[in-house]
Amino acid sequence: MADKNGFFDLSKTTLSRRTALKGMAAGAGLALAPGFVRYSQAQSSAPIKIGFQLHRTGIGAAYGRWYERTSAAAVKAINDAGGIGGRKVELVIEDDGTDPARGAEVVGKFAKQHKTDIVFGTLFSHVVIGSAPAAGENKIPYFVVSEGHHVASTKLNRYVFQPGITDVKSQIKSMAPWIAANAGKKVTQIFPDFAFGYDHRDYLPPALKAQGADVIAQIAIPPTESSFTKYFPQIPAETEVIYHVMVGPAVLTFVKELGEFYGSQRPQLFGFMDSLEAVDINSPGLEFLDGSHFWEGSPRYAQPDDSAAQKAYRAAVGIDDNGAAVGDPKDVSTASHMFGCWETLYVVKKAMEDAGYKGPEDRAKLVEATEKLKEFAEGPEHPQGPKIFNGKIHQCFGIQNISKVEGGKLKVVHKTKIEDGLYEPEGDYTTQAL
Amino acid sequence: MKDVSLAKTYALHIGIIALLFVLNFVLPDYHQGLFARIMTLAVFAMGYNLLFGYVGLLSLGHAMFFSAGLYGAGLTVYHLGWGVPEAFVAGVACGALLALVIGLLALRTSGVAFMIVTMMFAQVFYLLILYFAAWTGGDQGLVIQQTSRALNFGSTSFDLTNPTVRYMSALALFSVVLFITLAVVRSRFGRVLVAIRENEERTRMLGYDTVANKLAAVVLSGTICAAPGAAYALLFGYIGSSFASVQYSILPLLWVLLGGAATTLGPLIGTLFMYYVTDITSGFTSAYLLIVGVALILLVLFAPKGILGSIRQRWLGWLP
Amino acid sequence: MHFGPHLLLAALEGLVTSAVLALTALGLSLVFGVMRIVNVAHGEFFMLGAVLAWAISTAISGHPAIGFVAALVIAPLMVGLVAFFAEWLVLRRLNYNPESTIVATIGMLYIIQQLALTFYGPEARPVEPPFSYRILLPWFGYSGYKLSVVAASAILLVLTWLVLTRTRIGLIMRATQYDRETAQAFGIPVERVYAGVFAIGAMLAAIAAVLIVPISQAHYLMGQDPLLLSFIVVIIGGLGSLRGTVVAAILIGLSDGIISMFFSPTLAKIIATLVVAMVLVFRPQGLFGTTQR
Repeated sequence: MADKNGFFDLSKTTLSRRTALKGMAAGAGLALAPGFVRYSQAQSSAPIKIGFQLHRTGIGAAYGRWYERTSAAAVKAINDAGGIGGRKVELVIEDDGTDPARGAEVVGKFAKQHKTDIVFGTLFSHVVIGSAPAAGENKIPYFVVSEGHHVASTKLNRYVFQPGITDVKSQIKSMAPWIAANAGKKVTQIFPDFAFGYDHRDYLPPALKAQGADVIAQIAIPPTESSFTKYFPQIPAETEVIYHVMVGPAVLTFVKELGEFYGSQRPQLFGFMDSLEAVDINSPGLEFLDGSHFWEGSPRYAQPDDSAAQKAYRAAVGIDDNGAAVGDPKDVSTASHMFGCWETLYVVKKAMEDAGYKGPEDRAKLVEATEKLKEFAEGPEHPQGPKIFNGKIHQCFGIQNISKVEGGKLKVVHKTKIEDGLYEPEGDYTTQAL
Repeated sequence: MKDVSLAKTYALHIGIIALLFVLNFVLPDYHQGLFARIMTLAVFAMGYNLLFGYVGLLSLGHAMFFSAGLYGAGLTVYHLGWGVPEAFVAGVACGALLALVIGLLALRTSGVAFMIVTMMFAQVFYLLILYFAAWTGGDQGLVIQQTSRALNFGSTSFDLTNPTVRYMSALALFSVVLFITLAVVRSRFGRVLVAIRENEERTRMLGYDTVANKLAAVVLSGTICAAPGAAYALLFGYIGSSFASVQYSILPLLWVLLGGAATTLGPLIGTLFMYYVTDITSGFTSAYLLIVGVALILLVLFAPKGILGSIRQRWLGWLP
Repeated sequence: MHFGPHLLLAALEGLVTSAVLALTALGLSLVFGVMRIVNVAHGEFFMLGAVLAWAISTAISGHPAIGFVAALVIAPLMVGLVAFFAEWLVLRRLNYNPESTIVATIGMLYIIQQLALTFYGPEARPVEPPFSYRILLPWFGYSGYKLSVVAASAILLVLTWLVLTRTRIGLIMRATQYDRETAQAFGIPVERVYAGVFAIGAMLAAIAAVLIVPISQAHYLMGQDPLLLSFIVVIIGGLGSLRGTVVAAILIGLSDGIISMFFSPTLAKIIATLVVAMVLVFRPQGLFGTTQR
C-alpha cells in the first residue's frame, strides 16, 4: 500500500531532499523510502523540538486528549520515516489549562526555557488570541489548529499560522449552497453568545442570501446557560431549518430538550459537529438527531469510499470504524478537528525542509518558507483531503463534509469543493516586519 | 523601639525592591518574563489585600476592577489609538470610577452579603463585556499590537515588549504601590481601617465616619487593582473576558491568604508561591492540580495565617 | 408562540431550575449557617454526585430506572463519606477559621476536580432518565421527568424541614447554629454535629446532582455555576432561613426564565443578576433573615 504516486511532491519547486522522502505505509507502520538514510546522516542529530500547547485541563480537555494522541501518532509517523530533514522530532508538552493568560506564559516558556523550535497545537480561540502576542514578541512560529477565523482575519501577527484546518468563515460559506438547496429556505440560527457563535451569526446570512435563502431568526444563548427550553419559543413557526452550533458540555441537553420540545414534528436540523465532538452519537436522548445533517471536518465514521491515506491515518491514530478509540468504544474522538494536528505537523515538516531549517536562528526563514506554500495534495500527509494555502493570510482552505445521521452512524452525503469556501482576503501578514 | 522597627521596615522594603531589581539581570529569560507577570499580578493582590486584609471586607468581585483597568487601557489603545501613558491613566480612572459606584451600593451590606453583592456586580460586568463583544472582542478578546505598545519620552522610545523594559515597568508599578500601601498602613487612615476591621461599632462610637472610611478604602483598593489591569494590557498585549470571570476574583483572595493577609509583602509572596507551585509541578505531572490542592491544604494547616503572617507571628513581630 | 404558552413554558423551566437550586443551596445553607464557613468546594460535591451517578448507572445493567435508583441512594452516601473525611482531616484542624477554610476548600476543589478529570475524563456523559415520558401540551412537548424532579425536590425539602424542626437531631443542629458555646456547655458534641452537617450538606448537593444528571450531563467542570447560584440563593433568602432559601431559589429560577422572554438572552442574564443584586443592596439581611448578630 506504499505510496508511489508522488503524493509528497507538493510544490513545483523541487528540492532534492524532499524527493528522497517517498512513502508511507498504512496500518502498523510507515515504510522508509530508499535513499533516505544517506540524507539524514548529513544533518545534526539533535531533535527538532516542537512545543505543544495542550488543553490538558480546563474546558478544552476533551479535545486536548485527542489532539495529544493525534499529534503523537503524527510525530511517530514522521520519525519512523526519518524525521524532519533527517532529524528526529520531539514533542514538548505544556498544559495551558485552556486559559489565555496561562497560554501566553506557556508560549514564553517554550521560547525561553524549553527553547523549542516552534509552538504548535492550540485549539480554543481565546487561548490562541491570548498567546499570539507572546509568539510575536518571542519571534517563534506558532502553528495553531483552532479553526477560528482569527488567523485569517490578519488581526494577530506574522508568526501565527493555521495551515492544517479550514477556518470557520470558510466552512460556513461552503455549507450555505447545500443548506439552501436541500434543507430549506427559511433558517433559524441558534448559537452561543460568544465569539465562536458570532462567526456563524455574521457569515451565514450573507452566504445564504447569495443562494436565495434567508435567516429568519437568530437566537444567541448566553455562555453560562445550562438549559435551553425557555429559548425555543423564539423559534418562528415557519422555520424550515434549525441551524445549530452549540459547544461545551451542555450540548447534549440542548439536543435532548429540542427533542422534547418538538417531538417527531420537527423542522430540518443542520448542525456543526463541534457540538458533538467526543460525544457518542448514540447517547440516550440523541435519537432525536436521526435523519438530521451535520458539518464534519473529517468524517468520524469510516466511509465506504475512504482513501488509503484516510485508512492509514485512522489506524495510526488508533480510532475504529465508529470513530472511537480502538478498544474503548465509549472514548469517542474529535475527528472533525484533530486531523488538523496531523496535517499541520506535515506542513511544518515541509516548510522546515524547504527553508533548510537548522535551529531557532532560522525561525524567520521558516515563516517565509511557510508563506510560500501554495497547496497540499491529498495523501498520507493530508488524509482529510486536498487544500490550498494562502500565505498572505496564513490560512488553508480545504473541502468540507456534510453527513447525515442514519442508523446511529454519520454518513457523508456531500463533499464541498475548495472553491465553495473561498473569500476575499482581509489583509496581508507578509507586509509585517519579521 | 518604634523608630527601630520603622528603620527595619524601610530597610526591608527597599531591600526587596533592590533584590527584584538585581534579579532582572540574574534570572534566566523565562523566569524574567514570569517575574514581570508575577509582580504585575502581585499588585492586584496588594490592592485586594488593602480591603480584605486591613478593613476585613471580603469581596468576591475584584476581577471587575482589574478588568476595568484592562479594558480601560486596552480599548482606548485599540479603538482610539491612544498612547501608553494616557491609556494607563484611562484604565486606572475607569477602575476608580467603578469602585466608587460599586462602593456606594455594596457598602450598604456587610459580611457575607458584601461578598455576594460584589460577586454579582462582577458577574454583571463580565456579562457586559460579552454583551458588547463588538467593541470588546468578547470572550476571544483582542490583541494590542506590538507597535502601539511603546512608551515615548521626547526622542527616546521604550518598547514595552522588550523583556527588560517590561520587567522594569512592572517593578516600577510594584514599588510605587508597595510604598503607597506602606504609607496607608502607617497613616491615621490605615489605623482607622484596622479599627473598623476589629470592631466597627466601637470605631463609630469613637466618632469616626466608618462608612466614609470604608468607601475611601474600596475606591483606593479598586483603583490600585485597576492599575495592574491597565499594565497587563499594555505590557502583555492581550485583553479578554476571562480576566473578568469569577476565577480572577478568587485568585487575589487566594494569593493574599497564602502570603499573609494584612502584611505588605504577603501578596507578592503568595502570588510567587502559587505561580511557582503550578509551574514546577506541571513540569513533571499532568495531574498538577492535585498537587496544588494538596499544597494549599498543607500550607493552611501548618501556616494558617499565610506564609508571611506566620513568620510575623512567630519571629518578626515588627513586620508591617 | 403566543404569550400564554410561552409564559407557561418559561415558568415550568424556572421551576425545574428552582427545584434543583433549592436542594443544592439548602446544603450550602446548612454548612454556612451552622458552621459559619464558606465552603468553596460545595459545587465539587455536586459534580462528584453527578459523576458517581454516571458510574453507578452504567455499572448496573437492566432497566435504566434500576441504575438511577441505585445512583440516587449510593452516590450521595459516597459523597457524604468523602465530605465527612474532608471535614475530619482538614477543617476540624483549622478550628473552622473562616479564612483558612476558604483556602482549604479551594484546595479540595482542585483535588476533586483533578481526580474527576483523571478517573472520569473530560467528556460530558449522559445518564439515562429512569423513565422518558413526554407530556404533550397543545403548544409544545415537555419532559415528564423534569416535572418529577420538581416533585422529588419538593418532597426532599419537606423532609429536611421536618428533620430540622421535629427531631432531636434538628434541635441539636439549630442549637449549635444559634450559639456554639452554649450548645457545648449543654453537652452537645459540637464537633460531631459539624462533621454531620458538613456531610449532610454535601449529600444534599449530591442528591440534587443525581436528579439533574438525566437532564443535563455529568462533566468535571459542572460545579461552578451551582456553587455561585447557591451562594446567591442562601444570602438572598437570609442566612439560616430554610423558608428564605426555598423562596429565593424559586424567585431566582423563575425570574431567570421569565426575564428571558422579554430581552435577548445575555441581556436578560445581566438584568436578572442586577435585579437580584439590588434586592440585596436594599435588604442586606436577605428576604427572610433577621439582622445579623
